[in-house]
Amino acid sequence: MNQYDAIVIGAGHNGLTNGAYLAKAGLKVAVLERNPYIGGATVSRELHKGWWYSNCSYVSSLLRPEITRDLELPRHGLQVVSFGGGATFTRNGDYFGNYSDHDRHYREMARHSKRDANAYDRYAADTSLQTKLIRPYLMRTPPDPTSMRPRDLRDLLEFARSFMDLGEEKLLDTIKFWTASVGDYLNEYFETDAIKAHMAGSGIIGTALGVYSPGTAYVLLHHYMGDVDGNVGAWGFARGGMGAIADALSKAFQSYGGEVICDANVDEIIVKNGRAAGVALKDGTEYKAPIVVSNLDPKRTFLDITNPSDLPKDVLKKARNFKIRGSSGKLNIALDGLPVFHGLDPRNRLMAGDLHFSDSLERQERAYDDWKAGTWSKDPYLDMMIPSLTDPTMAPPGKHMMSVFVQYAPPKVEGREWTDEDKDGFEKSVIDQISNYSPNFRDLILHCETRTPREIEAEVGLTEGNIFMGELTFDQLLFNRPFPGYAQYRSPIKGMYMCSSGTHPGGGVMAAPGANAAREILADLKKPNTVPGGYADD
Amino acid sequence: MSYVSRDTMLLTTPFHSRVEAMCDLNDWGNWMGYTTPNAYFDVELEYFAVRSTTGVFDLSPMNKYRVTGPDAQRYLDRLITRDVSKIGVDRVGYAIWCDDNGQVMDDGTIFRLGEQDYRICSYQRADDWFAWNTLGFDVTIENESESIAGLAVQGPTSCTVLTLLGCTDLNQLKPFGIAHYSFEGRPLMVSRTGFTGDLGYEVWVPPESAEALWDQLFELGRDYLIKPIGSYALELARIEAGFLQANVDFMPAEEVVRVGRTRSPFELGLGWLVDFKKPLFNGRSALLKEQQQGSRYRFAMLDVEGNKPAEHSFILKGDKQVGTVTSAAWCPTAKANIAYAQIEMPHGAVGDELVAEIYYQRELHWTRLLAPCKVIDAPIFKSPKRWQTPAPPH
Repeated sequence: MNQYDAIVIGAGHNGLTNGAYLAKAGLKVAVLERNPYIGGATVSRELHKGWWYSNCSYVSSLLRPEITRDLELPRHGLQVVSFGGGATFTRNGDYFGNYSDHDRHYREMARHSKRDANAYDRYAADTSLQTKLIRPYLMRTPPDPTSMRPRDLRDLLEFARSFMDLGEEKLLDTIKFWTASVGDYLNEYFETDAIKAHMAGSGIIGTALGVYSPGTAYVLLHHYMGDVDGNVGAWGFARGGMGAIADALSKAFQSYGGEVICDANVDEIIVKNGRAAGVALKDGTEYKAPIVVSNLDPKRTFLDITNPSDLPKDVLKKARNFKIRGSSGKLNIALDGLPVFHGLDPRNRLMAGDLHFSDSLERQERAYDDWKAGTWSKDPYLDMMIPSLTDPTMAPPGKHMMSVFVQYAPPKVEGREWTDEDKDGFEKSVIDQISNYSPNFRDLILHCETRTPREIEAEVGLTEGNIFMGELTFDQLLFNRPFPGYAQYRSPIKGMYMCSSGTHPGGGVMAAPGANAAREILADLKKPNTVPGGYADD
Repeated sequence: MSYVSRDTMLLTTPFHSRVEAMCDLNDWGNWMGYTTPNAYFDVELEYFAVRSTTGVFDLSPMNKYRVTGPDAQRYLDRLITRDVSKIGVDRVGYAIWCDDNGQVMDDGTIFRLGEQDYRICSYQRADDWFAWNTLGFDVTIENESESIAGLAVQGPTSCTVLTLLGCTDLNQLKPFGIAHYSFEGRPLMVSRTGFTGDLGYEVWVPPESAEALWDQLFELGRDYLIKPIGSYALELARIEAGFLQANVDFMPAEEVVRVGRTRSPFELGLGWLVDFKKPLFNGRSALLKEQQQGSRYRFAMLDVEGNKPAEHSFILKGDKQVGTVTSAAWCPTAKANIAYAQIEMPHGAVGDELVAEIYYQRELHWTRLLAPCKVIDAPIFKSPKRWQTPAPPH
């Protein structure tokens, strides 16, 4: 009997979170996964014997602590371990180090510019202010600005009040911030190229925009608003790789009686009399349920697995126009030892942080120029990590695993599909750049997995390889995410819902969309809520 | 000739030259009269070394007393509340000792090194108390605090690192077991004990071996991501793992001035360490009476809602204040907000729902928060690695 109370499509972290909260409320839930393994983009894979790759998402910060605690993920084996700091290497043989200790950080900045070092405190306060505005809304459904329902009116009023409370000057700053480019924003505080470039990275990661494109200041915020144990902005690794998050969520889900079904490739959501009735797999199998939740991105949800005749035209139009441009690729590399980077003592703890080689905003913008021209960046922006310096389970002792997030890579190369030769060229641009700063790097490579948007889309199902399932620009945030009128996790089809990173509050392995969607579904079913609220911000 | 006397200067441990070289933050504290690092480079990362790789903590300032002689076991059975005969040779036992009123003076570990040979490792100094208790026993007590240097080597890769150091078959050592090795021609003793709740060991050597031990540990441990940890990181780990701390979670009975501020083993949740089958031990009659008539307080571990640590909080039942918090922390691995509290009877039983009155300050603004909390029955952090034999490699 393939009859369930609810079916969730896609066993990524949001699908599993959604399933867990529905199952916790007593529903009979199945999460269907098209791959033979769970996790979606939250996955660890042993692609070279002895080396584990977090081969999509690679760091954890935004995962909501309310969910981790409520679903008892540590008891189910999840351990998130902080790493500290990072560095941007410069072309003159030096580097800028980002230390987690405030005083050490000051000294390092002062080594480059005393004025920048002092300005950092002002920058941190201003950025924290913006973070505080958005954080209370992470574990909540965005209010509908056109609705007259009491809940929406109350939430809108609260939202408006938090802005009005800022006072005139800070309100104007805020409006400017939400629309500004990260480059312009940083230029208002700092004078040192490497310092600005180091910080600007967070404004472009996962986004098909350049450091001087309006809207990228918010993307920076999106990367800052997470926390590890109350240290806002801190990032960590899941011990055992990102798959440990999916594994723990899956165990929590199953502990409430949920069922995970792999190799289940959904062909279409079955709609009967305007209501969701289940799903049909590509192999013909049918699963019946009055609730169907899609954890696929909005484009795939409405354009691939829903019959267009079941949808109103405006949704089809909005789905088609949804911005989900691929901008990045990834190299996962097994190393025979620790690479040495010029200027930095290999014993320095910064080695365990995020490493970069783009030492100016201009270089970052030029990297974006290549994307606009339809090709991968010849001098890319890299967000590189060596998780095996923090987590001993990722590689054999003395060996290392390197995760290299690469920007930019277009979804199509000069308008055509990626070829294997393109992929080799893309890989070469990355390896060449790293080798320019690390003399022993090339000789240490034992295995390299290269993923262009083509591979990310084909294997993980992220349209165009967009890691956030839709760009995080203001036109696609809050009550605009995924599109206006549909930001409360409901689709136009009764009984069909959305829970992916394409919904509020967006991507980054937060699990908040999955949890928020479950809250709405349970409300519609008039079931008691099992989803925790957010911790009060202070 | 110096112009000032430096006779009040803190002492340094046998590892100091190495500790000092690694103490990037130059953030020092005073522990038992010794200069010890509060933090080396980043409290959080040090804490995570214990949880994910290996953290090394210099515990040389711990007080160590050697107890030898024909009556060693009888003496200890008199001194402490548990049955010492159950601690075999090359085994360690956690223990508490009480004054005659059954009030806890300190907790510590008892190492049985031979048939008539024990070592007590205690937080507090106890020369006087231990000496008075020798009356009538053929036993010798020697303070060997300064002649033994110790490192806690704790975390998932700790067994692997120590094995590389020459501790053969260490993975076979059971929890609370002791193994003897030699290091550069001098004895090196390893016990599978610790204060972190995870796989971990304590390594004991003569002070002359200290610097070489440190150097080799960090050299061999590099590929296993070994890191030094200071007292702040250890504090976080011990709260998460459910360990009490003298002078924090209870007052050593002999130091208490005000009436009623001491605590019995039952009031600290340590009743399991009291063995009434023994005919006589310090505090027995008082404890027996307490067992029959009831205790004044209950030690409770609280799972507190929200993410604000309930430091120094009052604990309420309804409107009534029924207790206070002694230790509290947001636990980074267990992802829970944990507090230890002393709760007036009859409140505080497992499952009891209470409220923590939390005060916290942000930018000079104080907020009062009433956070619901629940009494839990066991420490929030439970690592299966702690009890596994053979010990896992990481």
